[in-house]
Amino acid sequence: MTTMTEETTHGHASVAQAAKPAAQAHGQQHPIKLYLLVWTLLFILSACSYLVDYFDFQGYLRWFLIIVFMLLKAGLIVAVFMHMAWERLALVVAILAPPMAVLVLMAMMAWEGEYTNALRVFFFGA
Amino acid sequence: MTAEHVSTESATTDQNLRDRLHGMVADWSSDQRSFKSASWGKAMMWIFLVSDTFVFSCFLISYMTVRMSTTVEWPHPSEIFALDIGGKKIPLILIAIMTFDLITSSGTMAMAVNFAYARERKKAAILMLVTAFFGAAFVGMQAFEWTKLIHEGVRPWGNPFGAAQFGSSFFMITGFHGFHVSVGVIFLLIIARAVWRGDYDVGRRGFFTSRKGRYEIVEIMGLYWHFVDLVWVFIFAFFYLW
Repeated sequence: MTTMTEETTHGHASVAQAAKPAAQAHGQQHPIKLYLLVWTLLFILSACSYLVDYFDFQGYLRWFLIIVFMLLKAGLIVAVFMHMAWERLALVVAILAPPMAVLVLMAMMAWEGEYTNALRVFFFGA
Repeated sequence: MTAEHVSTESATTDQNLRDRLHGMVADWSSDQRSFKSASWGKAMMWIFLVSDTFVFSCFLISYMTVRMSTTVEWPHPSEIFALDIGGKKIPLILIAIMTFDLITSSGTMAMAVNFAYARERKKAAILMLVTAFFGAAFVGMQAFEWTKLIHEGVRPWGNPFGAAQFGSSFFMITGFHGFHVSVGVIFLLIIARAVWRGDYDVGRRGFFTSRKGRYEIVEIMGLYWHFVDLVWVFIFAFFYLW
C-alpha cells in the first residue's frame, strides 16, 4: 500500500518536473557506471583471492580470506548483476532463503565425513 | 503507522524494513501472482536457478565429504594447475585466467542487458556476442585443462598425486559447470541473433515457442549467465583454493 502511494507521489513529481527526463523508465536499467564499478571490484577481489594462493597463506588465515573474498564476490554478482538489490522482498526471500538449507546439509556431511575418517584411521590404521 | 513516525535515521530504516515486510506478506497473500515486479519468465528463471543451486551445492558438499573422509593426502591444486610460462612455474595461473575471463563476460552481459532495455539492439547484440566469445574461450581453456590432467594420468577412479576422489570430484564439478557454460553460449548466440534482427521490435514469433518475445529475454539470459559466473566463484574458492 505504502509503496503504491510512494509511486503515485513520485509519478506526480515527475509530471511536475517534466523538464527532467525519467531516468528509470524501463525495467531493470541502471547506470553503466555502476556496472563498471562492480566489474572493477570483482577483478580486484579475484586478484586478491588468487594472491592468497600465490603467497601461499596457510591455515585459518587462508580459509578466512578465501571465504571473505568469495562471499563478497557472490554478493556483488547477485545484488547488482542479477538485480536482486532492486527486486521486491517477496522474490528476494523466495530465492535466497531456501538455499540456506544447504548449510544444514553441509554441517551434517562434515560430521559424517569426520566420522568416516575416524573409522578409517581406527580400522585401517592409515 | 503514523503514530510511530520518529524523525531519526534508524527509525526511518526500521519503518522502511517494516514496509517491505508488509509488502512481502501482501504479495504472498494476494490473488493471481506473488512476484509483482517480476514477469513469469523472470520468476521461472529464478526458480530454475534455485534448483540449480541445490545441484551444485550437492556436488560441492559431496566433494567436501570425500575430502574430509579420505586418509590419503589430497593433491595440491596449486601445483597441479600450475603452468610453465617462460621457464617459470606459476601456480594456479590457468584457473586465474579462466576466472578473469568469466568475470569479463559477466560485465559485458550486464551491459548488454542495459542496451537491450535502451532499445539499442546492435550494441546489445554485439555485447552478447562478446559475452559468448568469452564463454567459449572459457570452455576452450577448460578443455585444455582436462586434456593436460588426463595426459598426466588423472582419472575419475585414481591419479598419481594422491587421494583417488580428486579425479571424480574434479571431472564431475568442472564438467557440470562447463556444460552450463556451453549451453549458455548456445543460447546467447540464439538470442543475440534475434536481437540483431530486431525480432523484439517487429514482434516476430520464436522458432520454438511460436510466441512473440520481449527485450526482457536479454535480462533473463543475463540471470542465467551471471549464475554460471556465481557458481564458478564457489568452485574457485572451494575446489581450487582450499
